Amino acid sequence: MKIGVLVFPGSNCDHDCRHVFQNVLGQPVEMVWHKDALPAGLDAVVIPGGFSYGDYLRTGAIARFSPVMGGVKEFAQRGGLVIGICNGFQILLEAGLLPGAMLRNRSLHFICKDVYVRVENAATPFTSACTPGQVLKIPIAHAEGNYYTDPVTLAGLQANAQVVFRYCTPDGKATADASPNGSLDNIAGIRNAEGNVLGMMPHPERCAEEMLGNEDGRLIFASMLEAVQQIKSKLSIVGS
Amino acid sequence: MKAKVHVTLKQGILDPQGKAIEHALDSLGFKNAANVRVGKYMELDIDEKDRAKAEAEVKKMCEKLLANTIIEEYRYELT
Repeated sequence: MKIGVLVFPGSNCDHDCRHVFQNVLGQPVEMVWHKDALPAGLDAVVIPGGFSYGDYLRTGAIARFSPVMGGVKEFAQRGGLVIGICNGFQILLEAGLLPGAMLRNRSLHFICKDVYVRVENAATPFTSACTPGQVLKIPIAHAEGNYYTDPVTLAGLQANAQVVFRYCTPDGKATADASPNGSLDNIAGIRNAEGNVLGMMPHPERCAEEMLGNEDGRLIFASMLEAVQQIKSKLSIVGS
Repeated sequence: MKAKVHVTLKQGILDPQGKAIEHALDSLGFKNAANVRVGKYMELDIDEKDRAKAEAEVKKMCEKLLANTIIEEYRYELT
């Protein structure tokens, strides 16, 4: 599995993502500067967290026009796996690869802490290593994670199982109080209709190895690895 | 021409910054202030003499970059 990790001016979780794929999962990683073309032969693209372009205008609003994003759109349209984490999620929203927008957190504060999210859909290439309804502890670190979309789009997300993660209590209840940021319907992560693009506010790359005291985040990356291996084994059967 | 662009959150979308300012105004004794909405103001020069063309350009800028029309609305003046 070959991973491309995008690097924008202001990205700051790019090397954490590289570390997880390269050193924890043992997969080759290519760092892709935002002004370069997306390299050929990638199996997945990671849009990491950070503050691309200093969050000027709106989070992700300027990064979405970076040259590399044209290639990311094509890659996603061809069915390639794309995961956007935190600022990466915000960029995917601004780019129109996922529906909706981010508002300031209800409290106005930048919130950096562990939160609990419930896996609402374990049948995605990003969550197949999880069990349905599993509660994961993953940290968030953002000021704009208050997900918003119009009622029609929200109904569509709910009906098509596109809500992948909801903020919840440690025992898995998605109560209003369990949402750290006021996000609509406790949404912490969504996927596109086709299922190959995921955006999530929590940072799984910050809790993906034993040394850090929490390995819940590793499930996301392990799921991606499994999904790519399955696609490749199918291709090789067809080819043989 | 100069374009003056105002971008604000749509009516009905909670504006936590506006709410915080409203509370601050209240605690300062401005009891008659309500419904504070925070927005962005941008001005830019546009190298275009034809007003209709300039207006069309500014509208495109707003739709494409300056506002996120899922959550924001915009208005502009040309002088």
